[in-house]
Amino acid sequence: MQRRVLPGFGLSLGYTLVYLSLLILLPLSGLAFKASSLSFDQFWDIATGERALASYRVTFGASLAAAAINGVFGLVVAWMLVRYPFPGKRFVDALVDLPFALPTAVAGITLATLYAGNGWIGRHLEAFGWKVAYTPYGIVVALTFIGLPFVVRTLQPVIEDIEPEIEEAAASLGASRLQTFVRVLLPAIFPALLTGVTLAFSRAVGEYGSVIFIAGNMPLISEITPLLIISKLEQYDVVGATALAIVMLVLSFILLLAVNTLQWWAANRHKATSGEAR
Amino acid sequence: MSATGSLSVRKATAEPRWVRWTLTAVGLGFLFFFLGLPLLAVFVEAFAAGMPKYLEALADPEARSAIWLTLFVALFVLPFNVIFGVAAAWAIAKFEFRGKSLLVTLIDLPFAVSPVVAGLVFILIFGAQGVFGPWLAAHDIKVVFALPGIIIATLFITFPFVARELIPLMQAQGKDEEEAAVSLGATGWQMFRRVTLPNIKWGLLYGVILANARAMGEFGAVSVVSGHIRGETNTLPLHVEILYNEYNQVGAFASASVLALLALVTLVAKTVVEWRMRKETETLDAALPPEKTE
Repeated sequence: MQRRVLPGFGLSLGYTLVYLSLLILLPLSGLAFKASSLSFDQFWDIATGERALASYRVTFGASLAAAAINGVFGLVVAWMLVRYPFPGKRFVDALVDLPFALPTAVAGITLATLYAGNGWIGRHLEAFGWKVAYTPYGIVVALTFIGLPFVVRTLQPVIEDIEPEIEEAAASLGASRLQTFVRVLLPAIFPALLTGVTLAFSRAVGEYGSVIFIAGNMPLISEITPLLIISKLEQYDVVGATALAIVMLVLSFILLLAVNTLQWWAANRHKATSGEAR
Repeated sequence: MSATGSLSVRKATAEPRWVRWTLTAVGLGFLFFFLGLPLLAVFVEAFAAGMPKYLEALADPEARSAIWLTLFVALFVLPFNVIFGVAAAWAIAKFEFRGKSLLVTLIDLPFAVSPVVAGLVFILIFGAQGVFGPWLAAHDIKVVFALPGIIIATLFITFPFVARELIPLMQAQGKDEEEAAVSLGATGWQMFRRVTLPNIKWGLLYGVILANARAMGEFGAVSVVSGHIRGETNTLPLHVEILYNEYNQVGAFASASVLALLALVTLVAKTVVEWRMRKETETLDAALPPEKTE
């Protein structure tokens, strides 16, 4: 074993582990502890109740739709910010982080006001008979807002790092710009795009603050799972809330794992394309 | 493109002009509808009834106490996040040990957990029916539905921010400088203050800015543990919710505009720090001989 030159390994790692355990790991295992007072059948009944199933459908459906919208427009925005010059670019680039900085409750009431029947945007949409606020579409709007920076900020550095040589090679071999994009650039960007979309999706699934104001919160129709957890808690149904929280927690773990795998894939892919590996 | 003058020759590695214009229009349009318009709407709604009503809404004692509570919690949480972030990044970036990647994943955990679940977890521990509930009640200590609960929930939510910024930064910087300091006889504290801290100060500040924005804006987790006691355990985001649900549009948006202003300050500070960090790496790259690739 190599002798460590730098001081503080034991202290810093020890402190990290103790703090992590006390604040994160022990509390989360408390959830499992509470759930263990349930038999598996009871747990299953709660986790697959009619209202619970409908809430998963709403949460996942809206999160998936929002992540897909962000996948398309996030790619356009990231591409535009890296490649095209336009006035006020610095300002626009900084604005992309607004959803990270703006408290979710503020986003929620603002979007609800904008998309309500008499709001700036809702007024025009309702002229076409499209109600957005207080319907599942409203949830998609809120989750799109929340997820946008994840996609853009994951894509930007990857687009910046694309070597001009590969585009030049494609062009000099006679590829049209579209062919170059689809066959050469998109495969290079794809892992990052997928990582960004998964990050946006995983944030959207757990989101609460921005959604509840615009959702309408009708059971079975526009009620998201985090809200169902809160409403169970407010009715002193702690066990029911715990069971649903377990479902969400397991899902968060799976998504976290997926993000890590994707990032590993993207990093390896990046190495391969920049010619270090193989 | 610039050298081609009046000839309309297009570089083979650039999109045709109409594609560029369309994509820019689509991108800017999307950002306008999803980011620009909401930001504008917050302030328009807040001032909808005029400046006097706006100031009146903010002078309300409940709004005042919500602002103070939010600032207090954010300030209280700050040193915890800094100490943990630096310690975790030091251990992870400067040393090799088994289970390191698992540790990095676990640090990210609060990002993945729904804020509502995070709040619920602390109800299960400190609530009336919770693990420590009876003991706390017997000793007359209030955690849930009181200030300690809000602080603990905020600590949970903001846990990863500083560490996440510092780990890649300190990994990239390597340990040569610190090793040089130690071999020249510096004590641990001297090495940290004179070598490590100057190297990481911008990254640290960046993490603090992000953590602080989240601490002041957190809604889901705090909403579960706060109990919504007006003038006591209402943070500013919760105050916004209550006013909005009472159809007090001006009041809700007046408080919301304070939070939006803080968000704008965050964005500006973040941009400045990013700019400083980039400048520092550039001067560093210029000063050092080019590194050999493996």
